[in-house]
Amino acid sequence: MTARLARTLSSLAAVAMTVACTNYYEIPIETPIRPKLDVSAFQRVLVAGFISGGTEDVDGNVETTRLLRSQLRSKSDLRVIDADVLPLMEVVSDQRAADGAGDSSAAAASAAPAPIKDEKDLEPYERLFANVEYWKRIGEEYQQPLIVTGTVMFTPHQRNNFVQREQEVYDSFGRRRVVPVRTYVERKGFILRPKFIFIDGRTGTVMHSENFREEVLYNANQTTPALSSYFELMDRLIPSFLSTLSSQKIKGTRILLQ
Amino acid sequence: MRSSALLVLLFALAATPLAADARSDAKKQVEFGIAVAQKGLWREAIYRWERATVIDPTYAPAHNNLAIAYEHEGELSKARAAYEKALQLEPNNSYIKQNYELFKEINDRTTRKDAQ
Repeated sequence: MTARLARTLSSLAAVAMTVACTNYYEIPIETPIRPKLDVSAFQRVLVAGFISGGTEDVDGNVETTRLLRSQLRSKSDLRVIDADVLPLMEVVSDQRAADGAGDSSAAAASAAPAPIKDEKDLEPYERLFANVEYWKRIGEEYQQPLIVTGTVMFTPHQRNNFVQREQEVYDSFGRRRVVPVRTYVERKGFILRPKFIFIDGRTGTVMHSENFREEVLYNANQTTPALSSYFELMDRLIPSFLSTLSSQKIKGTRILLQ
Repeated sequence: MRSSALLVLLFALAATPLAADARSDAKKQVEFGIAVAQKGLWREAIYRWERATVIDPTYAPAHNNLAIAYEHEGELSKARAAYEKALQLEPNNSYIKQNYELFKEINDRTTRKDAQ
């Protein structure tokens, strides 16, 4: 009798605890995120342009500049400067030609910039971002704004591998069974690797830089235009880019407990 | 021997209503906090939930709610500490775990390691 009573009491207690724990309220919240970079000294921002490479189907320089300008216009307090996109690859080539004038390699140096196919091809161009005099000059031209520049690699990508899927099969008696089946899948897509560099237009020095990597894969029989994939991938990292410059509010819901 | 056992029993019996009172007082603060948070008065909610955690430090919902309020106010390090305390008290509570996962997603975004 006592044991039964104890069992009943403990099960009642368990039910009571469950009921107590299910008292919850969903509530919307907005989490403010402070900017990573203090840009209070600037009223204006110049998205100057990018060294871009990878697929030729998307002009990474022009598209990234356009997209970042439009995002900054609507989601930051900085005034966005409308200016021609800087052809940074040509700038580097011109600088190399000027440095190598009189050398036997001058002719080679002044040739049109070679297309950038992978990260390694980007390396010779990266020196431009450390060229304080160049960026200071650009800063003076646009009344010393915050300058956004960097590199953008947008490359086609393919991944083939075996994946395990569940398949319905019926035996001779018509009984349904689900069995794991390994299938070879070919998928194609793109990898986007931008590096955003923030330069102080007053001094020409780099204030901050940030690397990102996003990839998307589709079934091999699916044809998705490169430009669509580019925007899909940029959409994923735009909030992080914006949170570098301006405070953002991230909306979500949480569960309050009683 | 028998008298010491009796003393322990008496102490335990005396402490039980005290703990129950603390939980009941903390619950009142938590309930009030929920009501004001739902009206958007988050600072008042924080005050109530902080009081609840002082009255009954073992009451996980108070720490969970406090963490949410800190998150809403952008005080992310305080929010993390409060979530961790709530999970320490109730490690299997799926609501707290879910809240914490969502919080971490946002918090990680603000502390990316690849920035130079």
